Amino acid sequence: MTTFHAAEQGLAGLELMAKIREFERRMPLLSDEGLIRGSTHPSLGMEAVAVGVSLALRDDDAIASNHRGHAHTLAKGADFGRTMAEILGRADGYCHGKGGSMHIGVKELGVLGTNGIVGAGIGIATGAALASKMKGDDTVAVSYFGDGASNQGVLAEAFNLAAIWKLPVIFVLENNHYAQSAAIEDMVAQIDLSRRGEAYGVPSFSGDGMDLAEVYELASAAVARARAGEGPTFLVLDTYRYLGHMAGDTEIYRSADEVEAAKKNDPIEKLLGQLIEQGAITTEGWEAMTARVFAEVEAAEQFARKSPFPDPAEAFTDVYAKETQG
Amino acid sequence: MNTQTKDLVTWRALNAAMHDILESTPEAFVLGEDITTWGTGGGTYGVTRGLRKKFGSGRVMDTPISEEVLLSAVSAAAARGTRPILEIMYSDFSFLGFDGIINQAAKARYMFGGQFDTPLVIRSNGGSGIGKAAQHSQSLETLFAHIPGLEVVVPGTPGDAYGLLRTAAASDNPTIFLEHKNQYYDRGPVDFTPIPFGQARIAREGTHATIVATQQILAYSMAAAEELAAEGIEVEILDPRTLYPFDMDAVYASVGKTRHLVVGHEAVRDYGWGAEFVAQTVEAAWDKLDAAPVRVGGARVPIPYSQPLEEVVIPSKDDIVAAVKRTLA
Repeated sequence: MTTFHAAEQGLAGLELMAKIREFERRMPLLSDEGLIRGSTHPSLGMEAVAVGVSLALRDDDAIASNHRGHAHTLAKGADFGRTMAEILGRADGYCHGKGGSMHIGVKELGVLGTNGIVGAGIGIATGAALASKMKGDDTVAVSYFGDGASNQGVLAEAFNLAAIWKLPVIFVLENNHYAQSAAIEDMVAQIDLSRRGEAYGVPSFSGDGMDLAEVYELASAAVARARAGEGPTFLVLDTYRYLGHMAGDTEIYRSADEVEAAKKNDPIEKLLGQLIEQGAITTEGWEAMTARVFAEVEAAEQFARKSPFPDPAEAFTDVYAKETQG
Repeated sequence: MNTQTKDLVTWRALNAAMHDILESTPEAFVLGEDITTWGTGGGTYGVTRGLRKKFGSGRVMDTPISEEVLLSAVSAAAARGTRPILEIMYSDFSFLGFDGIINQAAKARYMFGGQFDTPLVIRSNGGSGIGKAAQHSQSLETLFAHIPGLEVVVPGTPGDAYGLLRTAAASDNPTIFLEHKNQYYDRGPVDFTPIPFGQARIAREGTHATIVATQQILAYSMAAAEELAAEGIEVEILDPRTLYPFDMDAVYASVGKTRHLVVGHEAVRDYGWGAEFVAQTVEAAWDKLDAAPVRVGGARVPIPYSQPLEEVVIPSKDDIVAAVKRTLA
């Protein structure tokens, strides 16, 4: 198994998690300001999953995400400014403002899109893995989805297909315990979701999604399996989202005490503590890191704010590869 | 690769197209349920027969019965540099995977700002006529044609089936290729050349009225034309071949000559693509019409099983004759 190196993946992961948190922290503020249309779904508290998995991936690997996908995209290497610009519907966004928060794709990074359909990425990643197999390259594909999306039928079909064809795909279930507002206990009878993988012959592992090292090691093992042609892996990572499902969520479905208790298991604090204990970073080093993170995300936000809106004529481009209408 | 013109039945023309696509396009691969070992040796209607033997199980693949994952997977596989051709056994089954077709494949290029092409072909069959009843006989072409991002192909002859499938496979857009299950054994000339999308074919020249029709209704229209000709009425028949892109210029040109329009399809008449052709003609070429256009289409009922019931809900040759006479009256 690949070993987690505090001085390498640990520090890089810490900084990336902090940066994503600072990015996501700004989402409700930008929403309140009226700069974000529709809905946006921040993932504060869930950073270790996206970052831990991404540290195990290469640029040419693919990911398929869901509605709560900023972290997955940023962790895969997306530029913070261009991502923010997309969320603000601006011309410098990755999709020139056509996608917004729920449809951010970055072709050169293998980001096959955040997705407005919560379980769609399960099939999309399976297809990216199929392309890998057809082309005979050794890229792998990751699907991120939630406990709620795991109740969609595509999961069963994708698990079976990936298992029989030994597709290089890693199914990453971020179990944050709520499907929008529905508690997992009310929506599934078998709470051990990893057993769904076993049923289809997909090796399955449960892990602490608030622990970067654990996520990284599970993901690295799954990536190694996939690259070696041994097929899919299912990772069920236990995590928690600190904010509501989206702006305007009253969160009547959970108690403030529950949220506060979850925050005691914060992935950034946890990793920071581990790294300080191992001597990989000092308190001063962390302060310098947070200042740097703040400045970088602030610059990203300013870039996005200054980016112009797309020309209205752009609404009519990109529908077809060639404008085939006679 | 075939070169000389031959007379073939439709399924063999499609089979030849699949063969030529796999031979000329390394990125292409074919997948679907029961496409290699069913009684025909190539899916329910034989279209994929012999392909696995020639190209191997790495490029011609039987899948589990899993339309939902397959339709989204081919979208991503296309976005990642391959050119999948997915056979859906009956177009009715595509409903199981509409997310993949409509929310994913059709929209990927647009919503990601033009970064990704999704060059995939979904081959399937629609239509009635052989007693497959309500869940195996629908004509869904209008439904697909309504979705921005999709190309929709409805071949009506063996030659068109070959030529349009070649173009579908070469297209960088997601293409819905709807064969007609009652035309797999129709015979006709195939010249083994690709046929561009968006170019209607004049199936018969005439001067008194224009009929725009596809597939089985196109065949019935040809028969109707013979009957009408005996009465001195010469109809011009256009086969649009693709519903998106669509060739309205050919319709305007024909109507400019005949000044009368009948649109016929097997899909339910109400809200069908015929209404779109009529509406566009009326909006853009009102001055070319001497009478109100007439639509002929399927009744607004599911397709029944029993033969006399099935026959009465699908337009017949007599319905087309009557429609032409109505617009000429």
